[in-house]
Amino acid sequence: MIEMRGINKTYHVRRREAGLGNAVRSLFSRGYTDVPALRDMTFTVPDGQIVGYIGPNGAGKSTTIKILCGILRPDSGTCTVNGLTPWADRKRHVARLGVVFGQRSQLWWDVPVMESLLLLKDIYRVPEQRFRENLDRLTALLDLGDLLKTPARMLSLGQRMRCEIAAALLHSPEVLFLDEPTIGLDAVSKLKVREFILEQNRLCGTTVLLTTHDMQDIDALCSRVLLIGKGRLLLDGDTALIRSMAGENLSTEESVADLYRRFGI
Amino acid sequence: MRRYIAFFKMRLMAGLQYRAAALAGLSTQFVWGGMELLIYRAFWLEHPERFPMGMEALAAYVWLQQAFLTLFALWQWEPELIHSVRTGAVAYELTRPADLYGMWMARSLAVRLSRGLLRAAPVILLGALIPAPWGLRLRITPAVFGLFLLSTVLMLLVVCAFTMFIYALTFHLTDPNGVMVLSTAAADLLGGAIVPLPFLPEGLRRIAALSPFGAMQNVPLRIFGGDIAGAAILQAMGLQVFWAVVLIAAGYVLMDAGLRRTVIAGG
Repeated sequence: MIEMRGINKTYHVRRREAGLGNAVRSLFSRGYTDVPALRDMTFTVPDGQIVGYIGPNGAGKSTTIKILCGILRPDSGTCTVNGLTPWADRKRHVARLGVVFGQRSQLWWDVPVMESLLLLKDIYRVPEQRFRENLDRLTALLDLGDLLKTPARMLSLGQRMRCEIAAALLHSPEVLFLDEPTIGLDAVSKLKVREFILEQNRLCGTTVLLTTHDMQDIDALCSRVLLIGKGRLLLDGDTALIRSMAGENLSTEESVADLYRRFGI
Repeated sequence: MRRYIAFFKMRLMAGLQYRAAALAGLSTQFVWGGMELLIYRAFWLEHPERFPMGMEALAAYVWLQQAFLTLFALWQWEPELIHSVRTGAVAYELTRPADLYGMWMARSLAVRLSRGLLRAAPVILLGALIPAPWGLRLRITPAVFGLFLLSTVLMLLVVCAFTMFIYALTFHLTDPNGVMVLSTAAADLLGGAIVPLPFLPEGLRRIAALSPFGAMQNVPLRIFGGDIAGAAILQAMGLQVFWAVVLIAAGYVLMDAGLRRTVIAGG
């Protein structure tokens, strides 16, 4: 279970106007602005749910994921994932967590993918038997086959993303965070990734928190949607609720755009 | 510990796949070592009595320096680590149930060892084939050889701990290039990379020997050639232990402080 209660996080950003005069001035006195990223963020995700976490760029989605991963410490508020506070019990917490950042890579780029997977096996202390089972299942479902022998740097984006997802699931995590897992993928790869996420959730009961800008991801995967904007939780419901709020005959995509406008975010 | 060993193993194997780089490095190192010795030979023939080291010890120094260059050359930074901090890719490493310092230390040690292992044997072999006093004299007592190996391990620790300290600085600076260039230059001069420390003027030599740079290649290379012997060996190795401990502790604290206030920007 993921529980966030009253989480606040403010970034301290250095700012100055462009131009030489302002650059010189900033040598002596620096201007900072406080940018609130999360304000009183509160929500709960029960075990086994797939939740879509949506909002425009800069709404605070990644900040939330980073706090939940234990990478970032909030200014105030409490947060537990299966009973552990992410930033306080970082090592124990991340051992039960799988993460995919769609825009970054966790595979070591100059060795065959299999080497990376074997290393992750040791880092997460996965027993041999469970590793083999998971690997066989992931290989079959994600169609990895020969990809495992290829160095990560020589994979196409779609191939790499399938390997990234496999890498995040080798240690049978209870909770999976997917940060834009379908970004830049072609139709076939997208479908395959979605199908796999559903399968993983159905078979292993993995709790999934998914951030995405692709509303078809949301339609295909999520039973529940959290909409955030300017660091606040604005809406919590299923996709039907979002469509009903936006009016008739709009696709989820158009409904969400309509909501963004309506909330002024 | 096992996870750090696994990490070490993988980097070691990855490093071994770079054959062309090893071959290119090898030929460079052999030619370089030969040229250096020719220069020293000219000085030595002129005034053998004013030479601060024996010619055999110097030849051993030069050949081993070339053989083990990648083990201790401070300019062999790992741009990937610095890049990962600048771009935020380090986020992934922070989602592992392992210590970042430990993982990066294991990686630094492995990268240096894998490069070193591919190159050391051929240079040592060729150096040994060259006649005395210009070649690498392999007559060395088992006890001294043991001390040489031990101080090589300590040297590797000091070098990696030093680079880790700089990587940890990356969390606090926008661009660590300045610090890297400065420390590389200092290590070249004070570490005995350009000329062995006995060739430096007395005052500078003392400072160099006590500095962390003096705890790097200076110690094992001179032990092997017999230039440092007896109690001086223990003193030099004591300094190596001291610097290894200080640099590891400092790097660890600095990285911890950096991680506490690190914000990984962007999605």
